[in-house]
Amino acid sequence: MSELALREFHSFQAGGKDFVYLVPSAAVFELDEASSAVIGRLRERSMSRSDLARQLSALFPADEVRETVSELMRARAIGEVGVPEEPAPKQMPPENFPLTTMVLNVTNQCNLSCTYCYEYGEDKIVDTENGKKSKFMSEETARESVDFMLRESGQNRLAHLTFFGGETLMNFPVLKFAMRYARERAAELGKEVDFSLTTNATLLRPEIIEFLAENRVGVTISIDGPKEMQDEFRVFKNGSGSYDIVAPKIRELLKRHRSRPIGARVTLTSRTLDIRKIYKHLTEEIGFWEVGFAPVTTSPDRKYAIANEGFDSMLGQFQALANDFLEAALENRHHGFSNVKDTIEEIHKGVSKAYPCGAGLGLMGVSTDGDVALCHRFAGSDAHKLGTVRDGIDRLVQIDFLEKHHIADKTDCSKCWARPLCSGGCYHEAYTRYGETARPNLHYCEWIRGWTDTCLKIYAELSVRNPKYLEQFDEKVEYEASSVS
Amino acid sequence: MKHLRSVNRKAQRIENDVVALQGPPQQPAAAPHIPLGCSLVFSPGWEADRNGGTAGLCQPVERDLFDCHTGCFWPAQVPDQLNHAPDWTAKCAAAQKDWRKIDLVFP
Repeated sequence: MSELALREFHSFQAGGKDFVYLVPSAAVFELDEASSAVIGRLRERSMSRSDLARQLSALFPADEVRETVSELMRARAIGEVGVPEEPAPKQMPPENFPLTTMVLNVTNQCNLSCTYCYEYGEDKIVDTENGKKSKFMSEETARESVDFMLRESGQNRLAHLTFFGGETLMNFPVLKFAMRYARERAAELGKEVDFSLTTNATLLRPEIIEFLAENRVGVTISIDGPKEMQDEFRVFKNGSGSYDIVAPKIRELLKRHRSRPIGARVTLTSRTLDIRKIYKHLTEEIGFWEVGFAPVTTSPDRKYAIANEGFDSMLGQFQALANDFLEAALENRHHGFSNVKDTIEEIHKGVSKAYPCGAGLGLMGVSTDGDVALCHRFAGSDAHKLGTVRDGIDRLVQIDFLEKHHIADKTDCSKCWARPLCSGGCYHEAYTRYGETARPNLHYCEWIRGWTDTCLKIYAELSVRNPKYLEQFDEKVEYEASSVS
Repeated sequence: MKHLRSVNRKAQRIENDVVALQGPPQQPAAAPHIPLGCSLVFSPGWEADRNGGTAGLCQPVERDLFDCHTGCFWPAQVPDQLNHAPDWTAKCAAAQKDWRKIDLVFP
């Protein structure tokens, strides 16, 4: 008789119960004692159904073991030895996939000189200097970009337009123009446009704040934490820190702009790795609604790059803050650690990604001169160009990109249980590290698995102790553009 | 499922599929008894009709006639009920019983 063996999943405990996260289906199941016992025995070695029933006979009647085996088999948590697992099909996205988010780089200029900047720093991929690319987007290009966005949004009623830079607000006139034009054109077409921007907050003048509040523009502020951390890397050209300039302006913005929750976006480096302190400062002392953290994108030899020990320490701190999140969620209180919330939402929906993000698919970046790239981080790079706003997307280039970057072709990921959520990680990060967008980001695999495990536990614990909390993720039908960083 | 609790939405979808597989097979809704038997359908020797019934078996005369008349695309040796002989089978309520009452129609 054929033997049974475990199939691919990640098992974990939460709220005193056993759970499995099945791969690649991304389903989360809670196990009862019988299914736990079956999996436990099969973890030791593969065995036949009758052996299994015999070994568990003291605990469960044979019928129950049989029933459990049947359920586990149908969920594909276990399978028969020698019966090959059906490979997940390499399913390509449908042609002419609608564009949901366009990131418009309205300028390449920035008034800060953050040491780690991927656009201007040591690891930049686009030659933003020497007049090679225009520094400011013109009204003409902004108009063409909006037309492009509405054209490419297909049947979608809602399009997201995100302004980015450089320092976005250095080209405030074109931003205003683009918004007005987008509203008019969208209204004519029976569509709506949602606006957001990312800024370093240095140029938040009262009239700009007023404009953002009145127009319900989503705002994400790049800020690294309290003064000593902000001033470590986020500096002006003369080297002086920016904290004292931005803090009062942000407070002003938070006071006036109440129409949308405002988030902070923190870049973590080897020298600013005190996550709880940063979080506390940005939420309690400054007043941000949410804080999202991302490790700096850099080649490994930079002194601010986060090395292995750094990732370990970062994971520990993320876990501590995630536990604060859990405590708040159990009491239905808001907690602004957006990294957890975003991940448990994906877990709840059972997302199993073919691509790490929507770049080149539902999201595209537009450079100052109207070139369309994978995302804002590649905007202006000729090697990662998908077309122009005037001539549209070169479908052959796009299809070629999607073919080469599908998870089915990432051999390194094929045995990793975290691949439904990670899918190899950021293209830009991979390009900066390894010089190739299609490479999985192997330098942070351990960290991703550790973090995914943490979020699975939080999700599962909520499902046991406060399932009502998770209902909010059911209601969210339309994808909301999160902050762009 | 008894031994697995589906937690997220994907698990719920899997459970729905599994439950559908575990349940008794769905009975097809009772269909009207239509005697059929021709090259269009698989009915070797007419051991049973398409619903598994045996009521209309072994009546080759009326079967031939009615099959060619109703279900066949081939120009058959039966009257053209659509154009010339709309009432051709008016007196024949049940083919097994009334087949003698079918009108004779001359072209």
